[in-house]
Amino acid sequence: MNDTDTYLNAVDGNWYRQRLSGTVICVFAVFLVLLARLYYLQIIKGSEYRRLSENNCIRLQSIPPPRGLIYDCHGELIVDNRPSFNVSVVLEDAKNPRRVVTTLAKLLNIGPETLLAKIEEAKGWPSFKPLILARDLGRDAIAVVEAHKLDLPGIMVTVEPMRHYVEGKRASHLIGYLSEISREELKSGSFRDSGIGDFIGKFGVERAFEPYLHGKRGKRQIEVNVLGQCTRILKTEEAIPGNNIYLTLDMGLQRTAEALLVGKAGTALAMDPSNGYILAMASSPAFDSNAFVEGMTFEAWNKLASNEFRPMENKAIQGQYPPGSTYKIVTTIAGLEEEVIDENTKYYCPGYHRYGNRIYRCWKRSGHGFVNIIDALAQSCDVFFYQVGEKVGVDRLARYAKGCGLGVPTGINVDNEAVGLVPTSAWKLRSKGEPWQGGETLSVAIGQGANLVTPIQMVSLVAAVANGGTRYKPLLVERIVAADDSPIHIGMPEPLGRLPASDKTLRLLRTGLVDAVNKRTGTGWIVRLAGSQVAGKTGTAQVVAMKHKEDQNGLESTPFRFRDHAWFVGFAPAEKPRIAVAVLVEHGGHGASGAGPIARQMIKTYLGALKIED
Amino acid sequence: MIDRRLLQHFDWVLLSLALVLGGIGMLTLYSAVNASADMANITGSVHLRQSYWFGIGIAVMVLMLVFNYKWLKRWALAVYAFSLILLVAVAFVGKEVSGCQRWLLIGPFSFQPSELIKISVIILLAGYFSDRVSQEGFTLKDLWRPLVWTLIPFALIARQPDLGTSLILLLIAGSMTIFVKIERRSLLCLSAVGIVVSALAWFFLEEYQKQRIFGYLNPEGDPLGAGYHILMSKIAVGSGMLFGKGFLSGSLKALSFVPEQRTDFIFSVLAEEWGFLGSALVISLYLFVVIWGLNIAVRSREPFGTILAVGLTSMIFWQALVNVAMVLALLPVVGVPLPLISYGGSSVLVTMGAIGILLNISMRRFLFKE
Repeated sequence: MNDTDTYLNAVDGNWYRQRLSGTVICVFAVFLVLLARLYYLQIIKGSEYRRLSENNCIRLQSIPPPRGLIYDCHGELIVDNRPSFNVSVVLEDAKNPRRVVTTLAKLLNIGPETLLAKIEEAKGWPSFKPLILARDLGRDAIAVVEAHKLDLPGIMVTVEPMRHYVEGKRASHLIGYLSEISREELKSGSFRDSGIGDFIGKFGVERAFEPYLHGKRGKRQIEVNVLGQCTRILKTEEAIPGNNIYLTLDMGLQRTAEALLVGKAGTALAMDPSNGYILAMASSPAFDSNAFVEGMTFEAWNKLASNEFRPMENKAIQGQYPPGSTYKIVTTIAGLEEEVIDENTKYYCPGYHRYGNRIYRCWKRSGHGFVNIIDALAQSCDVFFYQVGEKVGVDRLARYAKGCGLGVPTGINVDNEAVGLVPTSAWKLRSKGEPWQGGETLSVAIGQGANLVTPIQMVSLVAAVANGGTRYKPLLVERIVAADDSPIHIGMPEPLGRLPASDKTLRLLRTGLVDAVNKRTGTGWIVRLAGSQVAGKTGTAQVVAMKHKEDQNGLESTPFRFRDHAWFVGFAPAEKPRIAVAVLVEHGGHGASGAGPIARQMIKTYLGALKIED
Repeated sequence: MIDRRLLQHFDWVLLSLALVLGGIGMLTLYSAVNASADMANITGSVHLRQSYWFGIGIAVMVLMLVFNYKWLKRWALAVYAFSLILLVAVAFVGKEVSGCQRWLLIGPFSFQPSELIKISVIILLAGYFSDRVSQEGFTLKDLWRPLVWTLIPFALIARQPDLGTSLILLLIAGSMTIFVKIERRSLLCLSAVGIVVSALAWFFLEEYQKQRIFGYLNPEGDPLGAGYHILMSKIAVGSGMLFGKGFLSGSLKALSFVPEQRTDFIFSVLAEEWGFLGSALVISLYLFVVIWGLNIAVRSREPFGTILAVGLTSMIFWQALVNVAMVLALLPVVGVPLPLISYGGSSVLVTMGAIGILLNISMRRFLFKE
């Protein structure tokens, strides 16, 4: 069958002609529509469009969205927006931008170089888009600019919301700050709604919750006159404000914690043991969040960045410290669970422990005598825990540490959380190329080995001990609501699992922690409160290995940077815990005296506010 | 190979139409690029490139003339497979420009395989339909193969993402199928499926593509984005009035108010500078090309030539229509080049190739028995 046969059998030329005749009519009709449209645009509306095109007077304005506000758990406003008066220039309307800007600089009493530099920097900036020259000018300056409007073609004053941190330095690490978006961030494509010169969250909650807080830009089409001043608003699309965030933070407690840390380098954390809500997170020294928004000089930034006490670090999350005796909580759990010891096991503490041909000392040189697990916790007997650690072994101990949430991120969703370090024999072989020495296990068991923990890990751990063993993810946000208060997100407690400990183990552990504070022989006696039973554990983390002489020499004679870090972790009331705390003071000396009083005052403040009798 | 009879029947009208449109394109492009001062350093290279492409385009057109177009039917599957391989390659080694991976780099030039696949699909479908065309029309059983051949490149182009070109491909395949007639019940069935699929497709559109459609339906809703482009395009076109502002005198293009002036929105430059008279003339030239193409289809005396000519003509028709309607704010901004006028090598090559094949069909209309 060839082509011609098929063709003749099936259809003929007329059939095709017929099929096309309709098509031709459609084609003509469609082109007629195009011509009609051209006629409408160019002839009927032509002169109007010609006018619009020649005056070249349609401008686009972008309306910045008010950023979401931040409150504490009681609804106290922590972060606000305030109006900022900015002066911008539209290069196209300025005709001679250099002259206009020089005039402006004179009126504002600013050196013309600064403003001219802004114009130089903005090479390639769209000539009809406002370029911000100066932000946050005072009312007087604005009045001068408005009065000389006619001498300043293309100059316009705009009001934009500016971030305002109500108490500046308060909770600055947690709240974070805003600053101008960088070129890399613009390129990354994650900030679709932000452009050159816009401010975005760079740290803390401001950064972590940027998508919620940001809101959506509005837009406005306006017609302008020859001076570039708006004569008519054509169309407006209002900006959508960002969502408001209610933190789990209790500002009263936060203020107490920060006041207690004044003059110290360290951190104080409080958590609600029943749900993982962070009640306070103070890190000292702090920085002023407003300084970043208002524009910081290079020198001011350098000063912050080079400060030896690292004000830009959130020590609660990013600081990694040896845990000292607070680690004995982990050793206790491991010893009891692995049945290396039980509630009846007693060891004799002569003030030292012999391992191989080395002597490992107890912090109390005269010794504790016969102690069981509860006494050992209360009096922080090193010798008892040397023996537990020796029997459990480093790798089993490490498994329990991980189970307690150490050496792994807690999952708090702000700012590069540090993970700490839980040493194992494999880790040492890998990192140092040497096999594990048995004696090192003894140091690890009392928290003085290679171990590193973060304060957020420790507060989560002690909160889990307090609530009966449930580990919660630390939460910062209680709820997020839209500007009209409709809920967007609720911070539901997120259980991460259970501590690797039976109820019996936890009961023994809690008894030991209660005795540590409430018995005269306990190391945390200083933390006790009348009317409410506090449970806790002190820790004194050696910064450098020293001969055990500092007791005699006294704290004052040791150079500051060699002094020990002071720890206190605990919770209260012991029977029905409402608050768990972790306090670390860098080079604070003894845990009891360096960190204990801070923890005590925080617990007292919080329980007092809860109207539980002090 | 070329005998005298072929030269006697050569279609000078179509050739002239193509060259005139190409010439208008070069002039408009010159004006569009020349306008912005900071573009001065690349003005030369834009022109050089476009004239190179036209040179190659004419060579391709001549190449398309020398053999009997019926050979295309035999090569159809090979050509299709080759284009499809290029299209797949683009997904892996393609050059990315502003978020879209559409181009293959060949030496100093970049090429869009999505343009080539349009012609390949037309040839393949024409070959398939010409063997089976009948008075009753095609049923679903006959249509699944053309459907698959169309949908594979459609999906590949749509995910580049290039919504405009993929829709044009669908429109071409649809026009050809309707031309060869679909049996009644199959037509109903297909339309139902089409409606459901397009409803589902809505969920897979990129946000910016949805924005464009919204911008078209309600330009006031987005004065800064899609609505702004449409408004500026309307102002540019409208301000041309009856006689236009004159060559090189368009004022809106000077400030880069209108986006994509060299490619998708080049018609706005033309309309601003040449006014109603000029733009109506250009639209009429396209109308002329389309009617002439359909005339070639009718005069060809065998089915393959007829259907092939209809397919190629529909390609030029749809592109011109969608592009101009977009510039005139009658359709959403989907990004389709204006054949022979927009800057862009692949489009020029493929359109000149299509013109070449049309000329081929036209001059061999008396020689259908070899």
